[in-house]
Amino acid sequence: MKTSNNPARDGDKGRRRGRIALLAFLGTIFLVVALPLTGYLVVGETAAQAQQEAVNPLSEFWRGARQANEGYTAVTAPQANILITDSGQNWRQVRNGPLATYGAWLMILALVALAALFLLRGRVEIDNGPSGKTVERWTLPDRILHWYTAVLFILLAITGLSLLYGRAVLMPVMGPEAFASYAQAAIYVHNYLGLFFAIGLVLMVLKWLRVNIPKGHDLSWFLSGGGMLKGKHPHAGFVNAGEKLLFWTLAVAGLAILVTGVILLFPQLGQSRDVMQISQVVHAVASILVITFIFGHIYLATVAMKGSMAGMVGGRVDVNWARQHHDLWLKELEQHGVKPETASTKPEKESQQEPRPAAS
Amino acid sequence: MAKMKFLCDAERCIECNGCVTACKNVNEVPWGINRRRVVTLNDGVPGEKSISVACMHCTDAPCAAVCPVDCFYTTADGVVLHDKDLCIGCGYCFYACPFGAPQYPSPQERAFAVRGKMDKCTFCAGGPEEPGSQAEFEKYGANRLAEGKLPACAEMCATKALLAGDGDVLSDIYRKRILRRAGRPETWGWEKAYGADV
Ligand code: HEM
Ligand code: SF4
Ligand code: SF4
Repeated sequence: MKTSNNPARDGDKGRRRGRIALLAFLGTIFLVVALPLTGYLVVGETAAQAQQEAVNPLSEFWRGARQANEGYTAVTAPQANILITDSGQNWRQVRNGPLATYGAWLMILALVALAALFLLRGRVEIDNGPSGKTVERWTLPDRILHWYTAVLFILLAITGLSLLYGRAVLMPVMGPEAFASYAQAAIYVHNYLGLFFAIGLVLMVLKWLRVNIPKGHDLSWFLSGGGMLKGKHPHAGFVNAGEKLLFWTLAVAGLAILVTGVILLFPQLGQSRDVMQISQVVHAVASILVITFIFGHIYLATVAMKGSMAGMVGGRVDVNWARQHHDLWLKELEQHGVKPETASTKPEKESQQEPRPAAS
Repeated sequence: MAKMKFLCDAERCIECNGCVTACKNVNEVPWGINRRRVVTLNDGVPGEKSISVACMHCTDAPCAAVCPVDCFYTTADGVVLHDKDLCIGCGYCFYACPFGAPQYPSPQERAFAVRGKMDKCTFCAGGPEEPGSQAEFEKYGANRLAEGKLPACAEMCATKALLAGDGDVLSDIYRKRILRRAGRPETWGWEKAYGADV
């Protein structure tokens, strides 16, 4: 090859040569990779042929039968036309496995945590002691609704948990016969009272919905751990952010319990087994969640906070308690001109009292 | 000891429902309940298959695992029975069973309509009461096993599609049939009920 004197043309040539080399290199790589792959073209075709031969319509047929395919049957019963389902076995594993195990742990750890909290923090007294003056907090209908639902809730929780854990916990102690007769009573209590609880729950959610709408100051309540982290008690209206959280948990999980409970209660409604399996899991998970929240609720209302029970028992709370725990609400009461009354005098003029202002 | 099993030969079952009728008759099964049923897959299509199904008396029975009062027990013959005196009618066995064997009692009986003691196939082996007693018959039906007889459904099956008895004997019979007809074995439901190695 004739070498040129022109350096520019030399450069051109060099570049072209470089490009060719690059193409050759890439081409080689392509061939190295692609050539063996061509084998797959042949194999792929034969494999496809082999597979076509292997498909036995009968095996497809039985596979379908094992996956809950529906057929025809002269027997009239729910889902009698299905030969086999696997969902029951899955349900068994979920219920007897993680559901029962983690559910138990959640409730036990919650109780341990509350006990630890009590040992650490003790009882929260009313700042400056009780003032002797009270304001009305819960009206009589509110209190009736609360205790009606609360008593039913506790009965349902005990009877429900007896069904889930009784075989492991109670039966070894009581023996099979005694436990079975207790369980029979428990299931009747659960099934009949469940419907009454449902009424209480729905009324409660509707009646207390307005005061439980989240507000801006609820966030700072959470950030200060409800007053446990910082010394000063955070602002709160008629109900504080923690109570709102409980309310919404009860509203959502409670309604889930209610709906799934009714599905389980009336198997003759035509629901499939799959729906009942899912309902049972939702029912139990939501129940355990709500029970855990209620543990905290009972702890706060009884042992942890002095002066809280008075509101739900007698309907009236001490002014100093109100200032400490629900300052915004008390301020609102004062703005509305509600006069605190001395604790000893019975509030006979209940009907004349100012209507309770809504939450801040 | 014998390990009792059911086997329904799908190549033989002609969907006559004789097994269902025999069971109802011999056990005096209450209204609204059929302990056995015949299901036809691809009904009306060429190649349709019928299967008679009841409780398969599972080896690791799901119904027993979920029962809150643990009232299921497996007899020495491998028959899964439940104690109606202990049963609280929760229905969990019905949720768990792969074959839809346990059933709610008849609708007319009580409040909440169908909630009550569950009923299911007993392999014609009665229940926990004194074998052959009136109490046993009223609650569970006949105890043919105690009399040395096999379940009525299989005994009367006209085509001998439905077989009941010791698992080893059944698989021998079935194997011979398969050899003769040069088909593929389809021990229907066995794997589900008795585990992978049968
Ligand atoms: C809203 C009304 C309710 C209805 C209609 C209802 C109904 C039912 C039904 C039908 C069952 C299946 C067993 C049976 O037949 O009794 C059940 C189980 C259960 N329920 Fe309820 N229930 C209600 C409320 C509650 C509440 C408030 C709780 C607990 C706080 C609860 C906790 C449970 C538990 C733990 C089980 C057992 C789950 C298991 O065995 O795996 N239920 N309920
Ligand atoms: S077939 Fe159903 S009822 Fe019978 S033993 Fe198995 S799970 Fe229990
Ligand atoms: S319905 Fe009876 S046998 Fe079935 S799981 Fe409930 S208690 Fe056990």
